Amino acid sequence: MFADLLLNAIVSGVVLGGFYAAVSVGLAISFGMLDIGNLAHPAFVILGSFCVFVLNQRWGIDPLIGAILITPFFFVLGAGLYGVYHYSFERRGEEGLRGLAFFFGILFITEVALILGFGVDYRFVQAFYIDATLHIGFIDLAWRTLVPCIVAFVMIGVLQVFMAKTYIGRAILAVSQDSLALRLMSINPSRVKLIAFSLSLATAAMAGALLIIIQPVEPSIGRDYIGRVFAIVVLGGMGSFPGMLLAAILLGVAESLTATFYGPSWAPAVSFGILLLTLAFRPAGILGRV
Amino acid sequence: MKNSTFCLVTAIVVIVFFGAAMLAVTNDYFFFAGYVVLQYIVLATAWNILGGYTGYINFGTAGFFAIGAYAAVVLHKLWGPPIPVLILVGGVLSGLVGLGMGMLTLRLRGVFFAIGTLALAIVVQTFVTNWDFVGGSRGVYIIRPATAPLLGNYIHYLFLVMLVLAGFSIALARCIEHSTLGFGLAAVRDDELAAEAAGVPTLKLKLISTALSGALMGMAGAPLPYYVTYLDPTSGFNLAYAVNSIAMPLIGGMTSWVGPLLGAIFLGTIQQTATVTISSSLNLLIVGVLLVLAVVIAPDGIIGLWRPRRRRAQEPL
Repeated sequence: MFADLLLNAIVSGVVLGGFYAAVSVGLAISFGMLDIGNLAHPAFVILGSFCVFVLNQRWGIDPLIGAILITPFFFVLGAGLYGVYHYSFERRGEEGLRGLAFFFGILFITEVALILGFGVDYRFVQAFYIDATLHIGFIDLAWRTLVPCIVAFVMIGVLQVFMAKTYIGRAILAVSQDSLALRLMSINPSRVKLIAFSLSLATAAMAGALLIIIQPVEPSIGRDYIGRVFAIVVLGGMGSFPGMLLAAILLGVAESLTATFYGPSWAPAVSFGILLLTLAFRPAGILGRV
Repeated sequence: MKNSTFCLVTAIVVIVFFGAAMLAVTNDYFFFAGYVVLQYIVLATAWNILGGYTGYINFGTAGFFAIGAYAAVVLHKLWGPPIPVLILVGGVLSGLVGLGMGMLTLRLRGVFFAIGTLALAIVVQTFVTNWDFVGGSRGVYIIRPATAPLLGNYIHYLFLVMLVLAGFSIALARCIEHSTLGFGLAAVRDDELAAEAAGVPTLKLKLISTALSGALMGMAGAPLPYYVTYLDPTSGFNLAYAVNSIAMPLIGGMTSWVGPLLGAIFLGTIQQTATVTISSSLNLLIVGVLLVLAVVIAPDGIIGLWRPRRRRAQEPL
């Protein structure tokens, strides 16, 4: 019985970790590669959830298709946001303190605006795979967690190939390594950063759709994800996709074990505790360069 | 003005203000609302001691504040000491937490410290939510004594306590500003590497200011259970405290003690008015929008508006 419970907890933790990776991948780009501490990333994930919810509620569009429909809008939103950020902070060399405060304000505005628009009720979506369960031996897996995990892996795989093979992807990696050198090659680093930041917000829309498939969503649950995504990105070594995936799965398993054996009310402390420990003892991450 | 003179002037202002309020105001609601504004003066000043003077952002105001509040709840349940004792204990506890937090993360870049403080607030909240002795997630009721010491009326007493605390924190902030500690902190803010190279013990100074800032936040939280009489984790750890204590110094101006004071009076009054006249969720939206506008449009805050804008070093392109 104990082994049963343990195995189920580990498997669902791995699946949960896949989803966490989808939420964190945008931050791995913006914070890990571009050094933009986008605290509002989880808020945009929730915004994505609500957009998908509206599409699903109004026209019965499947959440995954809805996510693909809204990503262009998030891309444009990201471009606008980066424009403001660049113009007001990066250009003046003040991105550290004021930039963080800026994103904190954006986080707060998004959350309160969603509360004013939708109230604090939990919202959920309808899709054919949401109520089904997969049984393999004595492991039970709900499709509502498995589908997001698969989509997350596909998305991260595509991004990895994009970064490694395409011109723009390589330019983004180059910015993360040395943006001054890019200027010497007569490439404008802020143009590259603009594309990368927009891309990171587009992944937030996708992650939002996955989130609302997994669980009902309410505007303020984004806060729980601030700790998770930053823990994953820092633990994963700031901007390395394989490291981030590993960190996400580790966190998913740790949370799932805690929830199974001590109760779900302790789960938030796990991610933030891991984050604090990482910052204190291994700030370069598990796979990271020092 | 010398620091000692400044402290004296602050004390006189506090006494005169309280006397005038007692004589002129008959409506108790003024004291209820005034308490909140004063509490924000303490929080904003406390935040600014670290954030404004050294440039390290603390997102965990709610955590430090709630540590003070819950320390008061525990003491109240055990033996019920007078409020000044609660403030002292709450301050010491939060100060120690700030010190520990600083030791873990202040060696890293500022952004990691900022994220760490956010994490701290949530870890502490999870512990309190799971701790039955202080009510857990159900919350806890505090029965306050029928009469208050000194004044009789309890809300007058709380108002006085918070007013003294606000005066104390402003005097402390100003004393830090005009001391070796303050100069060292300003050096850290302007260029940490250069300061370190010039022999400023940066880590030690940052730790001192984190501890002081945390302690003041805890002190502001200690009377809270008596003010609200019902305290639960969601309201004690409300993110609004963090947003406000960042927004107030940023809007007022961060380089001196005047900024957080102006910002807190301005934003605090707007919010108290908006809560009564419009709605409480809308006033949070106002704070968020003002915060974003302030960092984008007026980077030096209100006090920066009537001071010649300092020339910024343009980044070479």
